[in-house]
Amino acid sequence: MVTVAAAEQHPGYAGGSEGLEKTRLVLGFIPLTDCVPLVVAQERGYFGKYGLEVTLSRESSWANIRDKVATGVLDGAHMLAPMPIATTLGLGGVRKATIAPLALDLNGNAITISGDLHSRLEHADPRGMAQRPVNATALRRLVGEGGEAGSLRFASVFPSSSHHYLLRYWLAAAGIDPDRDLGLTVIPPPQMVASLRAREISGYCVGEPWNEYAVAQGAGRVLTTSYEIWNNHPEKVFGVNLEWAEAHPNTLQALLMALLEAAQWIDRPENRIEAATLLSRPAYVNAPVEVVKRSMSGFFQYAADEPAVPLPDFHVFYRYAATFPWRSHALWFLTQMVRWGQVAEPIPLERVVEAVYRPDLYRQAARALRLPCPDTDAKAEGIHAGPWELEIGSGTLPMGPDRFCDGTRFDPNDPIAYLADFQIHRRKVRLEDLARCSA
Amino acid sequence: MSLKILIVDQDSGRSAILEQALSDAGHTVVARLRSERDLASKVAEYRPDVVIIDMEAPGRDTLEQMREVSRDNPRPIVLFSNQRDPEYIRQAVQAGVSAYVVDGLQKERVLPIVEVAMARFREFQALRRELEETRSRLQERKIIEKAKGILMQRRGLSEDAAYQLMRKMAMDRNLRLVEVARTLLALEDLV
Repeated sequence: MVTVAAAEQHPGYAGGSEGLEKTRLVLGFIPLTDCVPLVVAQERGYFGKYGLEVTLSRESSWANIRDKVATGVLDGAHMLAPMPIATTLGLGGVRKATIAPLALDLNGNAITISGDLHSRLEHADPRGMAQRPVNATALRRLVGEGGEAGSLRFASVFPSSSHHYLLRYWLAAAGIDPDRDLGLTVIPPPQMVASLRAREISGYCVGEPWNEYAVAQGAGRVLTTSYEIWNNHPEKVFGVNLEWAEAHPNTLQALLMALLEAAQWIDRPENRIEAATLLSRPAYVNAPVEVVKRSMSGFFQYAADEPAVPLPDFHVFYRYAATFPWRSHALWFLTQMVRWGQVAEPIPLERVVEAVYRPDLYRQAARALRLPCPDTDAKAEGIHAGPWELEIGSGTLPMGPDRFCDGTRFDPNDPIAYLADFQIHRRKVRLEDLARCSA
Repeated sequence: MSLKILIVDQDSGRSAILEQALSDAGHTVVARLRSERDLASKVAEYRPDVVIIDMEAPGRDTLEQMREVSRDNPRPIVLFSNQRDPEYIRQAVQAGVSAYVVDGLQKERVLPIVEVAMARFREFQALRRELEETRSRLQERKIIEKAKGILMQRRGLSEDAAYQLMRKMAMDRNLRLVEVARTLLALEDLV
């Protein structure tokens, strides 16, 4: 184990571990590549540096993560970025005010389909399938040809996940109604490849290493990465319940500082192989190191008969303000919850976003570490096709592209207009009511 | 009135006991699934009123989705903790039980079922702990015996003298007897 010696301990937030309300913590994670900030903070001693004695608890489902954080069995966890919003609203049955004071990464998912479906798509629309990035027009042609409608099943990982929303977004962008033309289901990530082989599903959207694993096993082909659906989309966050955060303010700051240090370490390309090696251990992701290394080292292989290609932004852990909990990201997730009928009552969108995504807590930790961070809480999406600079008081922050696959824009100042533009939706709330409630 | 219950649990011993208890209470266990493969189809097929699932089963996430999809399963499923009773949820989480019920089913009818499941799961936890403790005590006995044998052989001691020597080493170093025995065995491996 690589650890920073205890003797090197550096005073944590508010003067070392004396200021901490709690030093022994249990944090939950799901065995996926992007739990790496927690693993690195543990194995390289960043938690220890801030006076924290952390146990990482490998959890078997996102529902478990939600329930255990809500009930205090876990102090905090690796969470799907929309999960703190869904839990605060009680969309999944458990209602508990939950916050995201730090994001863990951008991107990292892909859509994989069976070889059989791939050949049928090639046959149905060879020209569409030759385009890059691949859109879902070939699939629309297939489901539109009568017999196929409704017979194809696609899986994602949880109702409130970027996987679910981006899969729906990509399908609907090509004119597919994901509820009418297809069947959508949820399958735990480690079972995805077996379910694809057993033809229980035709495709899925999941995080790494479960796409590259399907490719390595010859069980499937990657159609598109989530990066190609929305460049540099928010993915996972570090989540705690609000009551816990209010009772443990210094402990939370210490955690955020440790995670910020870990994120910077991971984002350096020279550290990626070491990070992948740590991750592949049985206690963490428990997958072959060769498979974990692939996406972590900035390469991606779409199919067994194609060479791996460079995709340096497949996982982004620190650059492009990746750890900043943008309130506009939370608002985008909320628009999708409304779009697909998960939010069934009018809610004050802005108030929910401000309660859940907490850039104020992030800035406190970033400033203690003298790290530059955005001055604003929101940014428009779908504006930049290439790298750009975000102006901040002390200079600029380099940012990555933020394009959506269909070229639309998301203006966080007008979520109602954004919602009104979706042709395919399952809205249960009238936009007038939503606008009135949000005003 | 009898409810249809589906149990999803890898531990078939535990689910058999739970099935018995629920049948005794007048309910029908429509199936006990050990595997969670294709859980969505199984739920659609058996149409249970209540699903009792091991908290640690990854398939919980599949059930979460089924609440939203009415096409696959005409009877939407809702987590029982919708009751928003935090202490109750905490107890269920600690017992390792999660439950999903058909929307509209009254709380009073579901809670006794969940309580039976929680009680059985707790009993099982206690049994398992006991078994583990017995196992580790047996294992420790074996290690101590082996170390004692080595001391007797190397130093020409009687059984009792070897045991007393190990006890003294343990007391002097403020260690448990088994820890001294482990050290002796490790040293023996080095020689």
